[in-house]
Amino acid sequence: MANVLVFIDNPGQALKKSSLELLTIARSLGETAVAVNGELSDDVAGTLGAYGAATVFRPSAADLDDYLVAPKAAFLAAVADKSGATTVLLENSPEGKEIAARLGIRLSAGVITDVVAVDADGTAHKSVLAGSYTTTAKATTAVTVLSVKANTVDPEPATAPGAAETLTVDVPADAAAAAARITSREQKVASGRPDLTDARIVVAGGRGLDGDFGPVEELADALGAAVGASRAATDAGWINHDAQVGQTGKTVSPQLYISAGISGAIQQKAGMQTAKVIVAVNKDAESPVFEIADFGIIGDLFQVLPQATEEIKKRKG
Amino acid sequence: MEETLKIVVLVKHVPDAQFDRHLSGEGHTTDRDESILSELDEYALEAALQLAEARGGAKAGNKVIALSMGPAGAVNAIKKSLQIGATEGVHLTDGALAGSDAAATSLALAAAVRHLGADTPVDLVLTGMASTDGETSLVPAQLAERLGLPQVTFASSLEVDGGRVSARRDADTHSETVEASLPAVVSVTDQINEPRYPNFKGIIAAKRKSITTLSLADIGVDSSQVGHAGSWTRVTAAEERPPRTAGTIITDEGDAGIKLVDFLAAQKLL
Repeated sequence: MANVLVFIDNPGQALKKSSLELLTIARSLGETAVAVNGELSDDVAGTLGAYGAATVFRPSAADLDDYLVAPKAAFLAAVADKSGATTVLLENSPEGKEIAARLGIRLSAGVITDVVAVDADGTAHKSVLAGSYTTTAKATTAVTVLSVKANTVDPEPATAPGAAETLTVDVPADAAAAAARITSREQKVASGRPDLTDARIVVAGGRGLDGDFGPVEELADALGAAVGASRAATDAGWINHDAQVGQTGKTVSPQLYISAGISGAIQQKAGMQTAKVIVAVNKDAESPVFEIADFGIIGDLFQVLPQATEEIKKRKG
Repeated sequence: MEETLKIVVLVKHVPDAQFDRHLSGEGHTTDRDESILSELDEYALEAALQLAEARGGAKAGNKVIALSMGPAGAVNAIKKSLQIGATEGVHLTDGALAGSDAAATSLALAAAVRHLGADTPVDLVLTGMASTDGETSLVPAQLAERLGLPQVTFASSLEVDGGRVSARRDADTHSETVEASLPAVVSVTDQINEPRYPNFKGIIAAKRKSITTLSLADIGVDSSQVGHAGSWTRVTAAEERPPRTAGTIITDEGDAGIKLVDFLAAQKLL
């Protein structure tokens, strides 16, 4: 069986759902080894075993987080060599993709990003050109590096869980020689809402909110949703740039996308048109968003959204 | 007076995202009619121009070289960059480059950057945060790895001083400042600046600026290292997603909020 290596960066006290998804995909491809950077708690080690990881590799150095990407790629390349992995899976975050990029060069391995499914033979499925095409791609090299989007499979533990053996791998001495150093870091205040990229439901607002994101945030909280925004709203400073959905912002594929006061020009459409269900509220009947909405309401969002929020609260009791 | 800089800005000629875009041919590559300078590269060019201007601009010997790899049409991205203010243009073009993936592209670009640094070294390679067509964001990191340089990616602010570059990066959960020694590969986000438009003077001045054409032979790359032959990934199939169609559209008559919730309940989304 093929050897599959999963990279998990700073798992903390419990593995994220996206990490469990990677482990689930890995098991469908072959025997799983895991490379973990950062603390490895007993709980996390136990979960790795439960998800079928036979081996856990840890770096000899504890300072990989002090640098941008390059030393992590060097560590991972060393683990790939040691474990004989033919497939390496990483999460599809900006950093995950960059580690994948450098790892690919170090291993002379083809890299495929934004993967949504992997066949048993390593063929990867992804969507391109802002969701207007789906493609399949395959690496032609001995090793394949894939960065896989979140929410693509349901996490499932192994039928025969085991305990993973832990090994330490030397990080090459020159790994940080040509790396940018992180000189300071501030945590942002957590919103308490789900992560926009991974959320099952997204409620997004645009120009029509006229500076007041209240109705969007209240509906989002009633639904347990993430809050998104059009570029017009983030450029106006009504909400943080992190919330931008679209060509120059985030691409989301939730089960439900509720668009409020967004005209739905191509820039915005590029970021959300692969959502399963799209609901649009806009007072302008000519808004392009109505061309792609499964359910559209021509009306005043300041009436419609609060009414929907109240109704949801009532039904959820 | 601060030291002068030699900056290479990578610019890409991409299909205009305002129109429908298509994949075609055996390699499922992007059709490049209706192409423009990638919007995200304008931020990199602006960042380069600001760094050069702070050091006395072209008159003081600062160089902002717009480098584009691509077929004949890519020269338009370079011309636009010259109009905006780049001091010179370099067009890496060769039939063998067609169909290059990120690995092959970064190999060719790394060789081109080395070539451009043969007489006087390049201090900075600046790029956008992604291309608006391939959207993989792989090339800046792969270029840095191939050149053995630090990468400073997704910079939302940038300073260069005393042979060092420092930048601010904003992620969802945290912000950080990073520092690296020059030379370095830096990619910038669309939050870093407001790119300028070419003005009349710039358009006239661009006509006098030179564009150098480089082939693979010029930069010492063999045709087997790039294009389909040199790529490490292959797109095996591409299918156009059926266009979304409009569903039910209603006009609010005072109860649309309730109807919205009815719809969500029917779709089992509550």
